[in-house]
Amino acid sequence: MSHSSEIAPHDPGTAPATRGVVLTDPGFKPRPPRLTDTDPKAAKRAERIIAGAFGLSTLTAFGAIVAYLALPLDGSLQRLQASNLALGLMLGLSTLLLGLGAIYWAKKLMPDTPMVQERHPLSPTPEARQAALAEFDAGVEESGFGRRTLIRNSLLGALVALPLPAVFLLGDLGPTQGVAQVKAETLWERGTRVVNDVTFEPIRPQDLELGQIVNGMPASYKDIPEEDHAERLAQRGKSSVILVRIDPADLDDATAAMGIDGILCYSKICTHVGCPLSLWERTTNNMLCPCHQSTFNLAQGGRVIFGPARRPLPLLALEVDAEGYLVAQGDFVEPVGPSFWERERV
Amino acid sequence: MTALLAKRRHPMAAVLVLAAALVLVGGLYVLFAPDSRADVQTQTSTQVAEGKELFTIGCSSCHGLNGEGVVRDDGTVLGPTLIGVGAASVHFQVDTGRMPMAAPNAQAPRKSEAYTDEQVQALAAFVASLAPGPAIPAEEQYDPTLGDPARGGVLYRTNCASCHNTSGQGGALTIGKYAPKLTGVEPIHIYQAMLTGPQAMPVFSDAVLASEDKRDIIAYLKTVEAQPDPGGLGIGRIGPVSEGLWVWIITFGALIGAAVWIGAKSS
Repeated sequence: MSHSSEIAPHDPGTAPATRGVVLTDPGFKPRPPRLTDTDPKAAKRAERIIAGAFGLSTLTAFGAIVAYLALPLDGSLQRLQASNLALGLMLGLSTLLLGLGAIYWAKKLMPDTPMVQERHPLSPTPEARQAALAEFDAGVEESGFGRRTLIRNSLLGALVALPLPAVFLLGDLGPTQGVAQVKAETLWERGTRVVNDVTFEPIRPQDLELGQIVNGMPASYKDIPEEDHAERLAQRGKSSVILVRIDPADLDDATAAMGIDGILCYSKICTHVGCPLSLWERTTNNMLCPCHQSTFNLAQGGRVIFGPARRPLPLLALEVDAEGYLVAQGDFVEPVGPSFWERERV
Repeated sequence: MTALLAKRRHPMAAVLVLAAALVLVGGLYVLFAPDSRADVQTQTSTQVAEGKELFTIGCSSCHGLNGEGVVRDDGTVLGPTLIGVGAASVHFQVDTGRMPMAAPNAQAPRKSEAYTDEQVQALAAFVASLAPGPAIPAEEQYDPTLGDPARGGVLYRTNCASCHNTSGQGGALTIGKYAPKLTGVEPIHIYQAMLTGPQAMPVFSDAVLASEDKRDIIAYLKTVEAQPDPGGLGIGRIGPVSEGLWVWIITFGALIGAAVWIGAKSS
């Protein structure tokens, strides 16, 4: 053990009180020797355990080969599972035993006393510095970098020009034309029936009881071809609505005017990051978002009363068509769902 | 006649007279008994009367003597009105033990029921007699073996999963309220809950979510409930939440323990 240091060994009697005095080194706490250091029998036992672990590791490695040969794949799932299990167990045990043996070896038999290794100064010797500088100057001189200014300047020009296209390419990330229109428009237009999602049954006001909720879609959603997955998904993300019926006495005037006898049609898309909402507590009129617990009060125009959402849920104005079914008066007056870059404030 | 009179003190005489009288009364009853429809009506009105009696004792302190509800002096509702809630609502609340409530809390929890089946029927008959409301469904309306679990799954995930979780494990709501677990719930009670919207739950009336739709949903729930847990441990069946916790706490805990053991000084 090489313990040479400028730091003086700790001596409480001569503890420094002024600047410039060498600090004392607390040193290492002496540790009692391990059992394997003092008892040769214990050391022998540890050696046997380590050798045993390595030996078992060897056996299980061969076991993996045996498992591979003994369980050839025949196409059945059971055989595949059995083969995977046997191979995994054997290879896993082999690696584990190798590691355990190595750790046990280090802990029990290898020297465990602390060692000190001196750190060398980072700066090179003055001679080496001079030599490097002379070499650099010679290189500059030989390449003609300082002399041939035409080459030098054209090189600098090319290096400055190279990043310029990025400015234009990154411009595509910024506001773009037409996106706001696409995101703001949904399937709803004047006279579009509100239908039950999944069953696509139209709904009459008298079908809805107080405290009822319906997960709804525009009737025109059914007309999107089945194979047009992108459009169907996009409309699910924009046009989904929820119908609720609340006691009209609980509604504020502006909200009541958007519905019929307390039947209200809200966008189902949370204004925070667009999760579908339908956790409605009929006793409190709270609508919760399952993702981040944004809470909207449906009796007060979808006002946000809790959570990260910043805008109220958009309301769809309802009316009744000639056959007595609930229809929309038009599209939403504002874009539904989460905020986006091009969104206009309403 | 004298022979009969002489035997009037015989020990069997009283028994014979009693038997004759019973036969006579029984025969006359069969002859003059009212027809069966009137009998059913009598029974129903008896049920309503019995229900009213039970209601007065067990329910009226919160719901009012005639089910009109009780509003406290500060304007909060102690017990809502039961006029028009129908027999289905009463059967759900009382048969699952939610009513009578132990204390007016955020939500009435499920507990062991306080009334026998006949008493529940009587209470339901009484409340149904106050005003028309949803009736107790017939067995073929909620029998899960008649439903289509695949279609029910689509309906369930659209209408129910946001509160009750995709595998019916329930979830939290606001201020102490929660959507209860749907495992181990009788099909009739699931049907009635959708039909009547108990407590904070919204209503899914038969006009919008048809009777067959409800049966399909029940079939889905019962199918999911019967699924085995691969690996032997369901860990709550709430998906990535509990599985993530398992990995982070149990597995990483074991790894940290191993690292500590490797670094520990040997003795």
